[in-house]
Amino acid sequence: MSDKTIHTTCAYCGVGCGIKAVVNDDLREVAIKGLDSHPSNHGRLCSKGTALGDTIGLSERLLEPEVNGQAVSWDHALDTVADGFAKAIEQYGPDSVAFYLSGQFLTEDYYVANKLMKGFIGSANIDTNSRLCMSSTVSGHKRAFGTDTVPGCYEDFEQAEVITLVGSNAAWCHPVLFQRIRAYKEANPQVKIVVIDPRRTQTCDIADLHLPIALGADNWLFNGLLSHLAQTDQLDHDYIEQHCDGFESSLAAAQAACPSTATTAQKCGLDQDDVATFFNWFGQTNKTVTLFSQGVNQSSSGTDKVNSIINCHLATGSIGKPGTGPFSITGQPNAMGGREVGGLANTLASHMEFSPDNIDRLQRFWGTDKVAAQAGLTAVELFNAIDDGRIKAVWIMATNPVVSLPDADKVKAALQKCPLVVVSDCIANTDTARLAHVKFPATGWSEKNGTVTSSERRISRQRNLFPPAGQAKHDWWMICQVAKRLGHSEAFDYQHPSEIFSEHARLSGFENSSDGQLRDFDISALENISEQDYEQLVPFQWPMNKEYPQGCQRLFANGDFFTPNRKARFVAITPRAPANAPTPQYPLRLNTGRIRDQWHTMTRTGLAPQLNQHIKEPFIELHPDDASALHLRDQQLVSITSRWGSMLARLNICESINGVNSIRSGECFAPIHWTGELSRHGRVGPVVNPVVDPICFQPESKHTPVQISPYQAVWHGLLLTRQKAPWPDESEYLVESNGQQHTLLTLAGQSLPSEPLEQITSWLNAAEDWELLSYQDPQGHYRIAAIDADGKLQAIAMLSTRQDLPEPGWLGQQFSKDSLDLRTRTALLSGRAPAGEDIGRIVCACYSVGEKTICKAIQDEKLNSCDAIGRQLKAGTNCGSCIPELKALLAKA
Amino acid sequence: MKPRLVLIGNGMAGAKLLEELVATAPDLFDITVFGNEPYGNYNRIMLSPLLAGDKSLDEIMINDRDWYQSHGITLNAGPEKAITQINRSSRQVHSADGTCCRYDRLIIATGSKPFMLPIPGIDLNGVMSFRDISDVENMIKASERYKTAVVIGAGLLGLEAAMGLRTRGMDVTVVHSNDIPLNRQLDQEAGELLKQQLSEKGLRFKMNARTTAILPSEQHADLNGDLQDKKQHVGKLQFSDGSELQADLVIMAIGIRPNKQLAEEARIHCEKGIVVSDNLQTYDPRIYALGECIQHRGGTFGLVAPLYDQAKVLSNHLCEHGVARYYSLPTATKLKVTGINLFSVGNFIGGGNSETIIYRDKQAGIYKKLIIEDDRLIGAILYGDTQEGPFYNELLDSTEDIEPFRQYLMFGRALCDEIKATYEPKRSNKTNIYKANANLKTNVKTKAKRPVEPKTRNLQDSPSTHKVA
Repeated sequence: MSDKTIHTTCAYCGVGCGIKAVVNDDLREVAIKGLDSHPSNHGRLCSKGTALGDTIGLSERLLEPEVNGQAVSWDHALDTVADGFAKAIEQYGPDSVAFYLSGQFLTEDYYVANKLMKGFIGSANIDTNSRLCMSSTVSGHKRAFGTDTVPGCYEDFEQAEVITLVGSNAAWCHPVLFQRIRAYKEANPQVKIVVIDPRRTQTCDIADLHLPIALGADNWLFNGLLSHLAQTDQLDHDYIEQHCDGFESSLAAAQAACPSTATTAQKCGLDQDDVATFFNWFGQTNKTVTLFSQGVNQSSSGTDKVNSIINCHLATGSIGKPGTGPFSITGQPNAMGGREVGGLANTLASHMEFSPDNIDRLQRFWGTDKVAAQAGLTAVELFNAIDDGRIKAVWIMATNPVVSLPDADKVKAALQKCPLVVVSDCIANTDTARLAHVKFPATGWSEKNGTVTSSERRISRQRNLFPPAGQAKHDWWMICQVAKRLGHSEAFDYQHPSEIFSEHARLSGFENSSDGQLRDFDISALENISEQDYEQLVPFQWPMNKEYPQGCQRLFANGDFFTPNRKARFVAITPRAPANAPTPQYPLRLNTGRIRDQWHTMTRTGLAPQLNQHIKEPFIELHPDDASALHLRDQQLVSITSRWGSMLARLNICESINGVNSIRSGECFAPIHWTGELSRHGRVGPVVNPVVDPICFQPESKHTPVQISPYQAVWHGLLLTRQKAPWPDESEYLVESNGQQHTLLTLAGQSLPSEPLEQITSWLNAAEDWELLSYQDPQGHYRIAAIDADGKLQAIAMLSTRQDLPEPGWLGQQFSKDSLDLRTRTALLSGRAPAGEDIGRIVCACYSVGEKTICKAIQDEKLNSCDAIGRQLKAGTNCGSCIPELKALLAKA
Repeated sequence: MKPRLVLIGNGMAGAKLLEELVATAPDLFDITVFGNEPYGNYNRIMLSPLLAGDKSLDEIMINDRDWYQSHGITLNAGPEKAITQINRSSRQVHSADGTCCRYDRLIIATGSKPFMLPIPGIDLNGVMSFRDISDVENMIKASERYKTAVVIGAGLLGLEAAMGLRTRGMDVTVVHSNDIPLNRQLDQEAGELLKQQLSEKGLRFKMNARTTAILPSEQHADLNGDLQDKKQHVGKLQFSDGSELQADLVIMAIGIRPNKQLAEEARIHCEKGIVVSDNLQTYDPRIYALGECIQHRGGTFGLVAPLYDQAKVLSNHLCEHGVARYYSLPTATKLKVTGINLFSVGNFIGGGNSETIIYRDKQAGIYKKLIIEDDRLIGAILYGDTQEGPFYNELLDSTEDIEPFRQYLMFGRALCDEIKATYEPKRSNKTNIYKANANLKTNVKTKAKRPVEPKTRNLQDSPSTHKVA
């Protein structure tokens, strides 16, 4: 079968890049390229997107339904779930069950899940991991605009005069959008770029100004900006007057908190001149875009932060026009789609809130009388409710809360006692799936078919490249099957995702007018979309309706907000410090975030060897002053402990570049990615405080007081195996990383095995016919390698009592070889490539002079006698037994 | 008239001295050489390959008679030219055939004699040593006629003889007083590997055996009738445990003794060997000695490397450059058996405060062991892969501090050089706290270490370098 080309979208962040996939069905292989015609990326892709082809293998996939660890038929599994949910609902009411969803769900999956829970089970206990990243923005948008609306688009970055990135390491987290900004900046050097981030990240690479703001102090900064704008009269009075409410009280609150730039700088821990520079730049033009992300959202005052930013844009009228706007960038491919559907516990559906008229409207549209009357439990509350027994049955779809939620050990404990845990996932063993009673094998990115919405309101098709693997099924199908078993056949009788999409489009336009309730989200132009048109749907930005038949790039240039009086609302902000202040026992502030080449809990990016090269282990980044006060060394293992839990990580003492450190003193940073599947104690989730924003319930994942103490490892180890080997019990510190044709374990422990060489030999899980190579130095180095009968490297283990093990890179590469040549075999246990040149077969044994060396010297030095060779190379000058051979080599030359 | 230099002994040490002399100062001396073998000069080390048939007689010749002639050296070679007396008062030497030669400088390079066990039957036909070309010729003849050979002694020479005879088709048993072969060069593990590998090549071993007698055979005719027609031929060996072993040929290879007879008769001071100074001078200032016949600072010699070093030092001295002194160093051992690579040097057992690094690649037949003491390499055994032998030899000689690259020591010179090249700049790097600590430790240790004996020798230099000097 010949290759076919399919246009789809990336599985990862919220930029929503288009992908051109060249698919070979027979080999189940795909070549990934950026799609030139897609308006999000114009052909660009980042490292993660490029490596998508390496994440579609079947080795880690969940391929058949399981109940209590036993493979069962789909019918059996679906019946089990439907029975469990029905019984719980019958006995304890609809609020005793819950769904927990994911921003990686497609819109169609989201729609049916929301419809089933809110419309037919009659509870709003449906929340999503978007709670962890987007809910501050959702609430902030709603407070300011009346709806959850992103006013602008990516092109605004390419028309702005000042671009401010707040709490965003776009260079790593949204690389393609960052590259667009970089290209624009390079072509327009006069454009000012300001990065506001406690850390000096890679994003600062293009910044004219970096404000290393104290963790959580953003509200002081933007209040200060608002009062500065008023003070210097850089306001757009007409816009404020005509299109906004509440400016005075908002300004008063801002001035009360931040009467001067000096106060602002002091509250934010910033240099006053730097703050003044930022304020001046912002005020000088209204062509300014403020991009914000998790640094703003993941906070106990995240909603306020969003509004304090929006306040400044409303006050200068820099919104809705080209090159303007507050711009929230999302972390997941379809967080936006989830928000559109209403898949959050405190939204009803289709950008409708919980109100009697909306509930009535939805009941009429769906043909049900059970629509939930009030908001349900949000993520942290939901798992608390599981923990205290209020929730009896939970279905977790396409997400890994045991890793990603704060106080994650509590989440784990809660699931362990929940009577029914259902997990649908494409990956067989996630930290969460291990706790499931029922596992549903879901289709993965390369098999799913539907739509996603990017950060700029752009809806694109995600298309399947392959048929579902094994018995995997689409998420919408599973939900509909359970819905049918719960007695709702008619409402869930979909045959194709296009039918769901068209219903979703219809709902978006249903009574969407000033007569009913005017809503921003309206794609009613597509309400009768045919399956064929759906298949060929090209990316567009909503709304797409009678008013905007081609979609819409920007909203709010002329007001027309979605509040009852169509005016935007300023929000008066009183800044608050993060909820838990550092204490003498927990003196450091832990910040968390992403790294460049991994995404979320690594269940997919962790499969791509090239993505595991950049950073192999969980780490904690610390300021050199704090490190020296704690007597900690760079790269040593440390334990990070909070009131809630602890983790182990490798210490990165940040480098000082031109006197600037990449992290503030008193703060530290750990990545969010590592799971219990890939590490023994590498999850940061258990450490993070379960504090939430009181308005949006988003956890404050970017601020937890912690202490850092040395982990006193007495040995360090490496284990590379071609086939996954069991984790060594004696290794308390353990991180697994997938490499090319091997798995790498980085290890450490606190008690040295009595027979280290025997111990590491047992790690290899060696077959009887493998050949073993060993090295031991009583100073504390023990190494062993196994080579199979074909000469293929099968496993290698190293243990050292010092932290001086070789970089595993070269060792890993040896697994790609069909067999090891002699030089490589000899060098193998050194952990380094053979040094020097290949000297060839030894001719002079006394001085170890090889044939290649001799032949080269004969050529280059024009040697013509054994004496000449002897003078040059010493060969033949001791025992002389090689002289006949030297003569032969001379004769040959 | 040029001073007359007379050399007794045309073996490897003497011949090497000649090469050095003619390269350094070709016109300084009028040179006369006496040798009791009827050849120019040949590579004695190659007797084993000669026996095994790996090399021909031509291939093991170093310098033929023409070489002597072309360098103006008078060569008196053959049994009849063996020197029988040194007359120190008249400064003359006398040979068996009555040749008399006056000297201004005399060099004694009479080599060594095989040590024969003092047991009954040692003079039977078919009991011999393995020392020179005529021994090889006799062994080859025996191998064509007889079936069973016993080699007493599993040292280097014994094993080489045994393998040579095995290659010639004989059933060979090696009898040895220890439980591993080459126990003076190998530890138990390497010894077992060697024994196994030699067994696979067809050798038999009788270990921990003490030979008490060699008994005649009643069946065999003489090995070499025209020389030894009156004697009986060997038939079997008896051992202290009462066991016996059939043998048509017995090779005695239990060691050598310095051949000091001539010197002793001339009343030159001898102990185990002819006692020489660091300039290789005997107690008679006109007389020098080198090679296996000497005793230097209490030590005697049996391997070629120190002999060559001695030749260079002596030549340097005779040519009146006068800067080199001989300094005895641990000498590496190698076995000249095709397909067997082993190397041993220094203190290869360890003990005391030493530490042992071991590398094993069993299926590849490789075993390597390095002994470290006070951050210095003090000994090594390499079995199966001897490529890095010279590197370890140098480290032993130089007593270089190996701590900075200890992790890589086992993996050879090139890697260690690579590490050393990156080591200095890295020291200031923040990630190298360990290495900085290691340095600290090393410095402390170095202070406590005994001072290294000063050396002025320049043995690795080629003769041409001496000229320039």
